[in-house]
Amino acid sequence: MEDAARILQLVVNGAAAGCIYGLIALGFVLIYKATEMVNFAQGEIMMLGAFVAFGLIAKWGVNYWIGTLVAIGITATFGYCLDVVILRRVIGQPQFAVVMLTLGLAFIFRAAAGFIWGYDPVGIETPFTNRTVRFGDIVLGADNVSIIVGTVVLCAVLYVFFSRTKLGVAMQAASQNQLAAYYMGIPVRTIFSLIWAISAGVAAGAGVLLCPVSGIDVNMGILGIKAFAAAVLGGFGSIPGALVGGVLVGVLEQFAGYYLPPGSQDVASNVVLLATLILWPAGLFAQSQRKRV
Amino acid sequence: MRSFFKTRYEQDLSIARHGGDYVWYGLLIVVLLAIPSLIGEFYVKEMAGLFIFSIAGVGLMLLIGYTGLISLGHAAFLGIGAYTNAVLLAQGVPFLITLPAAGLVTAFAGVVIGIPTLRMTGLYLAIATLAFGGILANVFAKWEHVTGGFDGFPVKTPDIFGMKIAGADGIYFLSLAVLVFVMWLAANVLRSPLGRAMVAIRDSEISAQSMGINLARYKTIAFAISAGITGLAGALFGHYVRHLAPDAFEILLSIQLVTIVFVGGLGSLHGAVFGAIFVALLPQFIAIMRDTLPFGIGNTPGLEPATFGLILVLCILFAPHGMYGGWLKIKAYFTAFPLYRRTGFRRQKSYAKSERLR
Repeated sequence: MEDAARILQLVVNGAAAGCIYGLIALGFVLIYKATEMVNFAQGEIMMLGAFVAFGLIAKWGVNYWIGTLVAIGITATFGYCLDVVILRRVIGQPQFAVVMLTLGLAFIFRAAAGFIWGYDPVGIETPFTNRTVRFGDIVLGADNVSIIVGTVVLCAVLYVFFSRTKLGVAMQAASQNQLAAYYMGIPVRTIFSLIWAISAGVAAGAGVLLCPVSGIDVNMGILGIKAFAAAVLGGFGSIPGALVGGVLVGVLEQFAGYYLPPGSQDVASNVVLLATLILWPAGLFAQSQRKRV
Repeated sequence: MRSFFKTRYEQDLSIARHGGDYVWYGLLIVVLLAIPSLIGEFYVKEMAGLFIFSIAGVGLMLLIGYTGLISLGHAAFLGIGAYTNAVLLAQGVPFLITLPAAGLVTAFAGVVIGIPTLRMTGLYLAIATLAFGGILANVFAKWEHVTGGFDGFPVKTPDIFGMKIAGADGIYFLSLAVLVFVMWLAANVLRSPLGRAMVAIRDSEISAQSMGINLARYKTIAFAISAGITGLAGALFGHYVRHLAPDAFEILLSIQLVTIVFVGGLGSLHGAVFGAIFVALLPQFIAIMRDTLPFGIGNTPGLEPATFGLILVLCILFAPHGMYGGWLKIKAYFTAFPLYRRTGFRRQKSYAKSERLR
């Protein structure tokens, strides 16, 4: 019984961390599907979103729920502007130019956040901090449960948006075939910017959900690298794959930390990433077909 | 553009384009040999750091600039070279063996990472090498009975035939010698069938393959050469800092190395040196500027990485050919003077080239 409870505890902690990876990976996948760019600054955008929420909620005393929504809105606007001002210019350039560009942006964001909000870790007083939830005999931290619930809610909203609204369907069309979408009268460039906005907004949501667990600090963008493992495991290009991959990576990491020697928790996600790429490059939810010459 | 008319096969085989090259590069080497007696010890040491960055830059340039494979994990190769050299020296192996050994071990590590990543290009390769760098950074920190962990690992002063290579001058001449060797090696690789195969792979894998180039073989060799050269730089880096700490070999260093290649100009060996001059001198420049910047920007700890990021962004957006490309433009302006055309260097428009498999 002791063991079963322990394992369940690890699974829930892992799933909570994994949901965050999944949400960041979701941001990668949305942008990758649409524009074939990979945003190495996704983790940093999450950090910026969390800091904006911190500014609103802790500094200005805005209500937690309203503050979260406003922070998501501000970060989404930021993502939109990022595409319009910078990233649109590099469409069509070699892919590693985009990689280096977003890596450069990541360092700039990190320094900007440090300059504005300081380098000390901060936190937000949330409704979930230091609370527990009881399911029968099992006691879980409310913060972890809130992450899982929040992820499910966010995904449900996104699912409805992409399958039921006109704009969502237009986004899917633009991701599948730019030219055909353009001929159908879809403003592809604006759609791409909006996709950047959505992915930045999702990242901000992930940042706010994460703060009762690990606080907010300038280096939280490191999680972005772990999210790559999630995206690759899920097949890079599949939205459910990103989430499933995230949860798997999170759970594996927890088990590695518990059963394997110290230090293995830090490398677990990297090992998963490399192993996936080497053994099974298509990932869990493979989407790719053969390349035409 | 001036063009050189070749009238003999020897000209085509020769490493220099024309006689002027021997004069200018010879002059450069004479100046570099004379420099330590002309300037202060601090600057000599800085120059040595610059040479070490140049060596690593040449290594990475062969991979990114000439083979078109991006690596975000080259700090790990630098680390492997540094630790191999330092650990072997501590075992009492002479320096003349440990330095090539560092290169060979790192080249082997390059093969180990190169073979499984053969099927990947572009994006996946960048992510895979990033993960590899992350794992290696952890190994350096946690494998304490070899690397000393976060306590660091002192590097013994090397000696060649009983002659101690100590102080700024020693490391200066040592890294200059290795740089000249590496440059000679790279220039020779590039004019051999191997180098031409690498360039062909960069320009189009499909057409390279259809011309009979074995992609897997040449990509692995490119990885090995690049990693080996970076390993040599790592060994010298160990002597430069004299005390290895695992946190030196993290992602920021990988990014700095890639910045060398991008800022210098993709696809030119000169570019690797230009980029290294830039990357090695920038921290000093920032340190000088710190006191004079307004609004307390100078006191921000993140100023250095942010400046690197900003320069990388500006370079990719506005100067995709890097510093060497800029130099070529200036040269073309004066050689073609009054007939220079602005459009001569305009980038060919490329529409969304899909790397997605479909």
